[in-house]
Amino acid sequence: MKIFGLIAVLVVGALLLSATSDFPDWRDKDSPANKSPVSSFYIEKTEKLTKVPNMVTAVLADYRGYDTMFETVVIFIAGIGIIAVLRNFDGPNSSSIKRENNDEGGGLLARFTCSLILPFIQIFALYVVAHGHHSPGGGFQGGVMLGASYILAALAFGLSKAKDIFSERRTMIFAAVGIFIYVGWGVLCLLFGKEFLNYEALDSILPGDAKMARSHSMLIVEIGVAFTVTAIMFSMYSNLSTRGRLSKGL
Amino acid sequence: MDPIIATFIEENIVPNFNYWIYVILMMIGLYAMITKNNLIKKLIGMAIFQTAIILFYVSVGVKDTANIPIISHHGSEHHQMTDLSSETDSTKEIHNTIDKDKYANPLPHVLMLTAIVVGVSTLGLALAISQKIYKSFGTLEEDEILNKLRPGGHD
Repeated sequence: MKIFGLIAVLVVGALLLSATSDFPDWRDKDSPANKSPVSSFYIEKTEKLTKVPNMVTAVLADYRGYDTMFETVVIFIAGIGIIAVLRNFDGPNSSSIKRENNDEGGGLLARFTCSLILPFIQIFALYVVAHGHHSPGGGFQGGVMLGASYILAALAFGLSKAKDIFSERRTMIFAAVGIFIYVGWGVLCLLFGKEFLNYEALDSILPGDAKMARSHSMLIVEIGVAFTVTAIMFSMYSNLSTRGRLSKGL
Repeated sequence: MDPIIATFIEENIVPNFNYWIYVILMMIGLYAMITKNNLIKKLIGMAIFQTAIILFYVSVGVKDTANIPIISHHGSEHHQMTDLSSETDSTKEIHNTIDKDKYANPLPHVLMLTAIVVGVSTLGLALAISQKIYKSFGTLEEDEILNKLRPGGHD
């Protein structure tokens, strides 16, 4: 059986490699992908039209706003799916087991180091979210970092301690609130008389002109994305590491 | 080295080596997905496959002279401050236009940000399902699971 797999893989690989001679060279600035009018438009016009220097954030949150909205919904559905597949409500109650499992989590050194380093990780994550227009970053990246900081807390201090800060109920509320912020912001644009997610409609309630309204709206949308990603990352970890019991972590 | 192989490498692999790396990585992932028996190893293969696609897209957006796709204003404000009196409308126009060869193609980056998110979601859900499979079958080997699913199979 393995030999057939190897033959198939080699044939497909040889076909793909024989096609590479027709592809444009690496670093070629005149390749079809780099010369296309779409990417040229994004490079030349995004800063003028949206006042956001980071083109990737501008395209992600503004021009492809629908795509990013449903991307957030995909993460939300994945989180709900993991809970639906794994979550186990039988077994001992998590509040009664909490007192017995004082041995979970890391040792003294790991706890001390993590308590020192966690505030800095969280502040940097919030910086990545808030400064995503002007430097590499955005809601997804910052949200993953913030979720990772809670995962680190669960690893160092034990899952029950982390659950005291970020309980399952709060996790799902955060995830839903993130999507609510994103979709609600799009509906607000509808109420102000423009298309869904056309942020220029909101210049009357945001400081600055219509272009600055797009920039500010991107920040709000990214905050919504960060809410959902943070919550779902932590929910994924806590469900996968305890087989859905949420009682005792790794 | 054999001169034929040397010229082949010179003409075909060196200018296109990003495609060679992505094809090799993708085939490693495909081989793992097809032939491996363990479900977790299949998932690792899937992750390698996705990474190869991401590498392909990002390498397509590279330009020779380009930097990251974030417009930087270093020095331009200073320039405007000093030359405000002498600057005419035509030179201002030149300063305001953006040279698109100086910035990498942002579109593949955006598309791959999307792909990374989908990859994380599918991987998390797949790990959850394989945990559930392990709970009900006691194994993650594909042939043993099929054996137990068969009507005459022992459970």
